[in-house]
Amino acid sequence: MMVVKNLSFTYGKGTAHECRVLEDVSFEINEGEFIGLIGSSGSGKTTLIKHLNGLLKADSGDILFQGRSIYDKNYVLSNLRKEVGLVFQYPEQQLFKSTVLGDVAFGPQNLGMSKEEAEKAAKDSLKLVGMDESDYYVSPLELSGGQKRCVAIAGVLAMNPKILVMDEPAAGLDPGTRDMIYRLVNKIKRERNISIMLVSHHMEDVAEYADKVLVMYKNKLVRTGTVREIFSQTEYLKSIGIGVPQITSVTERLIKAGLDLGHPAVTVDEAEELICRELNRLKGKGKDE
Amino acid sequence: MIRIKDLIHRYTVWESETKKSKKTVLDGISLDIPSGQFVAILGANGSGKSTLAKHLNVLLLPDEGTIWIDGKKTADKEALWEIRGRIGMVFQNPDNQIIGTSVEEDVAFEPENKNLDPEMIRERVENSLKEVGLFHKRKSSPFRLSGGQKQRVAIAGVLAGMHECIVLDEPTAMLDPGARKEVLQVIRNLNRQRGITIILITHHTDEVIDADKIILMDKGRIVEVGTPKEIFRNPELLKQMKMDVPQVTELAYRLHARGIPIELPVLTENQLIDRIMAVKEQFMKGEDLENDGR
Repeated sequence: MMVVKNLSFTYGKGTAHECRVLEDVSFEINEGEFIGLIGSSGSGKTTLIKHLNGLLKADSGDILFQGRSIYDKNYVLSNLRKEVGLVFQYPEQQLFKSTVLGDVAFGPQNLGMSKEEAEKAAKDSLKLVGMDESDYYVSPLELSGGQKRCVAIAGVLAMNPKILVMDEPAAGLDPGTRDMIYRLVNKIKRERNISIMLVSHHMEDVAEYADKVLVMYKNKLVRTGTVREIFSQTEYLKSIGIGVPQITSVTERLIKAGLDLGHPAVTVDEAEELICRELNRLKGKGKDE
Repeated sequence: MIRIKDLIHRYTVWESETKKSKKTVLDGISLDIPSGQFVAILGANGSGKSTLAKHLNVLLLPDEGTIWIDGKKTADKEALWEIRGRIGMVFQNPDNQIIGTSVEEDVAFEPENKNLDPEMIRERVENSLKEVGLFHKRKSSPFRLSGGQKQRVAIAGVLAGMHECIVLDEPTAMLDPGARKEVLQVIRNLNRQRGITIILITHHTDEVIDADKIILMDKGRIVEVGTPKEIFRNPELLKQMKMDVPQVTELAYRLHARGIPIELPVLTENQLIDRIMAVKEQFMKGEDLENDGR
């Protein structure tokens, strides 16, 4: 659905503060995919996603959305921005309307829907994120942190995007709210068959939810693969300042210590099964002898 | 020494433009924090942790109840600046607390404000930046730093103020694992080597496993106070409160529930490995285990 080809970008080109941020980045986003984008702070993740809906324009390289280059002279970027929804870090800081409903309806209305259509879309997405109807007319600033985050996400969902890019959607949220947001993301993905790109430092979340993982390091895309392919490269990931999920690290160390689990686990469920199976096998063997 | 007795805080909620009501966010908090401790406050969003933090350096005043910082009441106007000199704050979002046009200028803000000798300011700024590993960035604009680096500048800024106690409100929420470890290491060192009282507000349970004391908050009340061992013995309580437990703690708990005789609670990777390998030894020897659980 989206093809990113050899993208390069430099901040402040031609000034004293020139700073290379992206170098020759290429990847694809296919329909219905859940992609995790990982990399240490300053590796270029946020800059990369700002290219995906044309907020930044690459120095070289191309982005094709549904087969058409978004850098084409005749390409209407405002259409792209409906299709590719960006949820930034701490999106609740961008809430500004006096009511929750007004804030969520702002985006779609701004992109051409009538007031009624926009409010309907807003109500649909507010329902989806679990906001109570009694909260529609309160000021978004009076909500709790988790609720504000939900309202901000609803604001992007109301535009009915085909690709939803979320930059650390769970940062600063408690685990209950975080799980709720990820469950929600999965639900939207299933029901509307949209693609998700998740930028996160929390490897546990990436391991749990993503199908495909992109790894950035020093402005370059250095690895692409499935969750297992990526997280099995523990030493490499550590060397570029990213961790692996704790469960992966610990199961890998158990294997090194001589417990034959076959392969490291990426989730707690998997680790539980592997360890139980192996220990019970040993127990049976021990009794037989 | 921080002493909190029966603290109640209510926010005003505007239901419409003319109608307002009160919402209680802290509902009778009593707590003692001795100097030099590393205390973690755990709780879900909306549990009142940040509100509690804001009371400690008098950004908020109690509606009811009293807080004493080293014997001085926070409600006492005369004591305001002395209390703020003792208690430094690091907030969740570094963008809201960085004001300088260069990193070193930002870090120098507090000592400059205190009218210290320029030599001393320079020394403090240098030491603080070295402590957070950003000395090489001292001439950069803070706005050109990444999120993690910004948060470390914010911590350096508080360090330069030489407070006896530092309250950190979710300081690692935006950091990558490497930066998170560094920040936590800095926090621990400040506590252990310099004896600074640390109050760490977080919902990352893996950050609190070597705190002296954990305070669990829910809906404006303190639900439990205990050492990490005591708190993590029961992952169910944490889950009920929408808290995560570290993956190793969760795994050990589940293995135990399935009849693997592993000692609980497990807080670290090393503990888990040692205990699982011990179980393996037992099983291979064919020892029949009484605490088999089935």
